Amino acid sequence: MTFAQLPALEVVVPLVAAPLTLLLRRATPAWAIATAACAFSFVAALLLAADVAARGPISYALGSWAPPWGIEYRVDALSAFVLVLVSGIAAAVAPFAWKSVAAELPRDQAYLFYTMYCLCVAGLLGMTITGDAFNLFVFMEIASLSSYVLIALGRDRRALLASYQYLILGTIGATFFVIGVGLLYLMTGTLNLADMAARLPQVHGARPVLAALAFITVGVSLKLALFPLHLWLPNAYTYAPSAVTAFLAATATKVSVYVLLRFYFSVFGPRLVVEELPMPEILLALSIIAIVTASLVALWQADLKRLFAYSSVAQIGYITLGISMASRDGLTAAIVHLFNHGVTKGALFLLVGGIALRAGRAGFDRVRGLARAMPLTSMGIVIAGLSLIGVPGTAGFISKWYLVLGAIEAGRWWLAALVVATSLIAVAYVWRFVESAYLSAPAAATPKPGEPPALMLVPAWLLVAACVWFGLETSFTVEGARRAAALLLGAAP
Amino acid sequence: MSGAQLIAAALLAPALGAIGIALAGRWPNLREGVTLGSAAALFACVAGLLPTVLAGGRPQLFALEMLPGIALGFRVEPLGMLFALVASGLWIVNSLYSIGYMRGNDEPHQTRYYVCFALALAATMGIAFSANLLTLFVFYEMLTLVTWPLVTHHGDDEARAGGRTYLGYLLGTSIVLLLPAVVATWALAGTLEFTPGGILREAGLSGAAVGALLALYMFGLGKAALMPFHRWLPAAMVAPTPVSALLHAVAVVKAGVFAVVKVIVYVFGVEALAGVRASDWLPPVAGFTVLAASVLALRSDNLKRRLAYSTVSQLSYVVLAASVLVPLTVVGAVLHIAAHAVSKITLFFAAGAIATASGKTEVSQLDGIGRRMPWTMGAFTIGALSLVGIPPAAGFLSKWLMFQGAASAGHWTALAVLAASTLLNAAYFLPIVHAAFLREPRTGEPAHGEAPWTMVAALSITAALTLALPFAVAVPLGLARAVAGIAP
Repeated sequence: MTFAQLPALEVVVPLVAAPLTLLLRRATPAWAIATAACAFSFVAALLLAADVAARGPISYALGSWAPPWGIEYRVDALSAFVLVLVSGIAAAVAPFAWKSVAAELPRDQAYLFYTMYCLCVAGLLGMTITGDAFNLFVFMEIASLSSYVLIALGRDRRALLASYQYLILGTIGATFFVIGVGLLYLMTGTLNLADMAARLPQVHGARPVLAALAFITVGVSLKLALFPLHLWLPNAYTYAPSAVTAFLAATATKVSVYVLLRFYFSVFGPRLVVEELPMPEILLALSIIAIVTASLVALWQADLKRLFAYSSVAQIGYITLGISMASRDGLTAAIVHLFNHGVTKGALFLLVGGIALRAGRAGFDRVRGLARAMPLTSMGIVIAGLSLIGVPGTAGFISKWYLVLGAIEAGRWWLAALVVATSLIAVAYVWRFVESAYLSAPAAATPKPGEPPALMLVPAWLLVAACVWFGLETSFTVEGARRAAALLLGAAP
Repeated sequence: MSGAQLIAAALLAPALGAIGIALAGRWPNLREGVTLGSAAALFACVAGLLPTVLAGGRPQLFALEMLPGIALGFRVEPLGMLFALVASGLWIVNSLYSIGYMRGNDEPHQTRYYVCFALALAATMGIAFSANLLTLFVFYEMLTLVTWPLVTHHGDDEARAGGRTYLGYLLGTSIVLLLPAVVATWALAGTLEFTPGGILREAGLSGAAVGALLALYMFGLGKAALMPFHRWLPAAMVAPTPVSALLHAVAVVKAGVFAVVKVIVYVFGVEALAGVRASDWLPPVAGFTVLAASVLALRSDNLKRRLAYSTVSQLSYVVLAASVLVPLTVVGAVLHIAAHAVSKITLFFAAGAIATASGKTEVSQLDGIGRRMPWTMGAFTIGALSLVGIPPAAGFLSKWLMFQGAASAGHWTALAVLAASTLLNAAYFLPIVHAAFLREPRTGEPAHGEAPWTMVAALSITAALTLALPFAVAVPLGLARAVAGIAP
């Protein structure tokens, strides 16, 4: 009984924490509240996931207004899985943020960071948990607006430009999304996603429905940085404060992928999206271009943050590639990679944040000979980098396994070859770091760095450990992803 | 201890040893003590498994669920037993040698070196005991990664270039070829467990499909150095010599051919493969590698390079023998894993001793060196004769079985390759022996004696093992016969 309110508390706790941190106006208590709120959400998400696994989807009527009239919060295999990722990363980044934010932001602005951070966490969790299309839009705006502010907090003035770019493109994305939702409301008279899915077959193939699909696809693709709509991402990740980069890279695009999956498979349905429209072919082509070009561009970056930002664009390509297969293995690959890549990128950006703290920034000139001064940080980047490549024994391998399996089962050997061949580009950019950190002599002029404080290193290494753990023991990730894939394809879970 | 506990102990001994070495880094004597202690403990664990395996038992240990239906699991079967025995036994000798070499040459980063070495042994044990392809794959990649710091040990441009070639070939082949092969096997067979008789029988594949899959495996297992994916091995010679000796003559390369034999015997199945004639292309490819690498060895003046090409050639003996697909050649292939290991490690030990004592690295500089370093060159001679295949050394035995098997199968390509390569082996090894003992030393060279005693002791031990193996052949032969499915 006590757990009955968990779906609401999952979102409400970080949402309420936000104004609290604002009222306190001091960094340390604000940090404590934000950390506690994120930790609470994480525990709640784990409980929800366990509950969903044991007893099936949870429907929660907000304010006791029964759906489809009231807003429904719906936790099923897919949303529970994404909730665990988002709240888990939030809980790992929050302790990291204390020292990192103190170093990168002016003292009197630090508490504002936690306000925005809580809002962003609440927004992303809300997007994931809600079963209502307009509510989803509201949470999307909460998450987006707070992330524009978070990015603009970066100490480099170029952060403002990056934030502005993201603001323009993100707003276009959100507007497109709400136009799509409006069209669907026009055609079905409902905003509840499940109800919408039930009514859409009556207007099957109607032009406004197709237009809605197009608007939602473009709008969400902007938010998830699908090639060629990824242009906002590299600057945003490079110039945002380190904690923000880590959090957004691991969660924001992943939640947008979730929204895309939700609309494609739960609302519009595979019959329309996969069988009647060429969406798989379009997604496949864009994914391949994203993987190849972004990986190659990553190879030439002079800054670690930028390198991993481009790598994110490529990795999102692997996720959408899995979606484009629209098979059980393909969707499992997409969902499991959504999780694994979130954990991997979270670990990488937290460690890079440690380098930025100690060495001023994370350019390759500062990385030279780093292994001697920061052995734990360097080793962490190597291990998470191996997960990015997809070396067996790491989380990334599990994703690659299902992508290759999906391609082979569909008889598309060329696609399997492409997936494995592009991994080699990842080898090249990860090894660029390894050679620089381990084999090059440190440049004479660099400040003398040491390891970052434990409060930054421990969360980062927890995520690194997760990269290895989820490569060796996959009952949570793969089982969760398979259940979610079965749910999306309409099979019994 | 039970079988499962011994397996766990064998995996943990080198892994915990690595931690101990890192912690003891500041006290070199203690650190080397930890290395020797872990090596001894590992060998004891592996030897403890032997009686059970010889009696037909298959101790096993299953740990984590890596993918639905595929666990991270270990099962000790005869082939893995032999590989583990060879690698763990030689690690003790190699550690002794390493101490002399690393101190004698004033090498930097010695702690890192011993840590990576211990981790490489842990990975090797994982490969040897793996119960399924996925477990093998995990440890196979781990072995590549933990040996990279050893290859690039010197940190200069040459080491960096060597490291890139090493990683590029090994990771490249395993990601691009091996991974799709393993996934396809899973998709076709629904299992990855190593099973006597093979797991692909039921899949009903055409000969061409089996041939293509076999090609993915044979080239994907880049550590077996089948041409054209052999260049990483000469590149790896930039490493300190003990690394070349244990890892690039025993553990790493044998992991490659071990996996080749394992895939042929336990994934495809010897009889199933012979039935569809899908592997007809393999003996010529392996035979070409044997001969071409021998010619390259003949043309290399650098001693370690010559030994590396010789290794490429000898590895393909194993692939060739396994691909003839009769039980007798499989026995020969398995025995050759052990015979080549003890012989080649002796040769590398000698090369390192020469470099440490005299600074010489080229074959053309070795005139008369046998008089200054009689123990070293005596051991070198034994190793060389063994690889040429002269009795009573170890290499004779495996070569004999391969000849016999190829003849009984009427496989004339294999016979011709074996005969021609024996001549080539003699042609690139015997001139070194001749120059060392029968030519006068050049005038004006500084006088020197033997290398540090630990090195001489180590190479004497392995030379003695090379000579002793044929007289204690019951254990390896028993294991090899069990692999080939011949009743003892």
